[in-house]
Amino acid sequence: MSLQLDFPAVLERWPSFLAGAVLTLELAAFATVLGALLGTLAAVGRGTHNALIAGACKAYVETIRNTPLLVQIFLVYFGLASLGLKFSAFTVAVAALTINVGAYTAEIMRAGFEAIPRGQIEAAEGLALSRLQIYWHIILLPAIEKVYPALTSQFVLLMLASSVCSQISAEELTAVANYIQSDTYRAFETYIIVAVLYVILSLVMRAGFWGLGLVLFPRRRRLGTPL
Amino acid sequence: MGGHLNINHLMFLGQGALWTVGLSVIALIGGGIVGFVIALARISPLKSVRIASAVYVQLIQGTPLLVILFLGYFGLAAIGLKVSPLAAAGASLTLYVAAYLGEIWRGCIQSVPKPQWEAAEGLALSRTQRMTKVILPQAIRIATPPTVGFMVQIIKNTSLASVVGFVELMRSGQIVNNSLFEPFAIYAIIAVTYFAMCYPLSLFSQKLEQRMGRGRSTLAPA
Repeated sequence: MSLQLDFPAVLERWPSFLAGAVLTLELAAFATVLGALLGTLAAVGRGTHNALIAGACKAYVETIRNTPLLVQIFLVYFGLASLGLKFSAFTVAVAALTINVGAYTAEIMRAGFEAIPRGQIEAAEGLALSRLQIYWHIILLPAIEKVYPALTSQFVLLMLASSVCSQISAEELTAVANYIQSDTYRAFETYIIVAVLYVILSLVMRAGFWGLGLVLFPRRRRLGTPL
Repeated sequence: MGGHLNINHLMFLGQGALWTVGLSVIALIGGGIVGFVIALARISPLKSVRIASAVYVQLIQGTPLLVILFLGYFGLAAIGLKVSPLAAAGASLTLYVAAYLGEIWRGCIQSVPKPQWEAAEGLALSRTQRMTKVILPQAIRIATPPTVGFMVQIIKNTSLASVVGFVELMRSGQIVNNSLFEPFAIYAIIAVTYFAMCYPLSLFSQKLEQRMGRGRSTLAPA
């Protein structure tokens, strides 16, 4: 039982770690933006009166939420390949993460939509706002404001989950770690460093979303409560 | 190479599915025990205990499960313990699940109405009596729906144990795929199997939540 840790031997690979961390953030950023769009559309779709669209959106959300991300990534990876489409590992990773986080975002956004009081919409109709104006100002923006903390947590979890993309050889942080540990035989040190980097990344993301929230929701900043 | 999917392959996948269930149960029991301690530590009267448990939760929740699994697998080996993939995966999942269940349960314990705590104190119950006789019986009712919901996350997350060589459903799918090379069909079967395990639990959790008259929580690690 002797544990000898040699961090310098691993730390000298810092440019690789840095490149991996940057790619992880890029993956997270793309998937967050695209997933937020997809999820919002799915949440809107689930609320429509068209049974076909609502059913399709529900099926999408439930399928994704009840299967592992790892399986989804492989299905997208091999599914695109079997269709004869060739994409980079990065593109496939963004696509799979977007599809995944879209389903969770849809559930969060649905909760936001359901929390909009009926009277608020009726009041907007009474003020002769157009349908589009009502959707944008009275439903969508207040809903986002309400569920913003939940969305933030979900997107941080997405960043952490992007580590799974190492399995299709997207060169993000975990993939870099796998490579370095097989090269240096310093597995324990490598993964400790990577764990610390992930904790830092998640703190940075939380701080970023907090700052973004202050800019996006001035009302919340002044009153301390969502609309 | 070659050949078609036959009954032997399906039997092998079925065996993998059983190990997925087994590993999930290990993670639930191990994570449940440690998570309960974490939940109590988070509301301990001792500040140092509160801080230590909060740091633990923050560290685990800020690290991907995949990295925790690698740390468990290589870390236990680095301190000279020879561990099987099952032990490494079980230990890592226990640590991971404990951080999330601990936070969920802390929330449930704290959501027991304040007058209940005060009444128990007013009846001169000791701290232990107050917890076991007044607070926990009510907290368990509140905690049941989110815990069942989290079991879905546990089952899905055991798929990551495949990367440290534990032959559960995902890994057995990869092994079958290595001999047949029909990835799309095989991973589709795997996905359907996971769905069949998870969806009933999701529905059950939703039912429980509706019965409790609470909104459903959608936050979940992917």
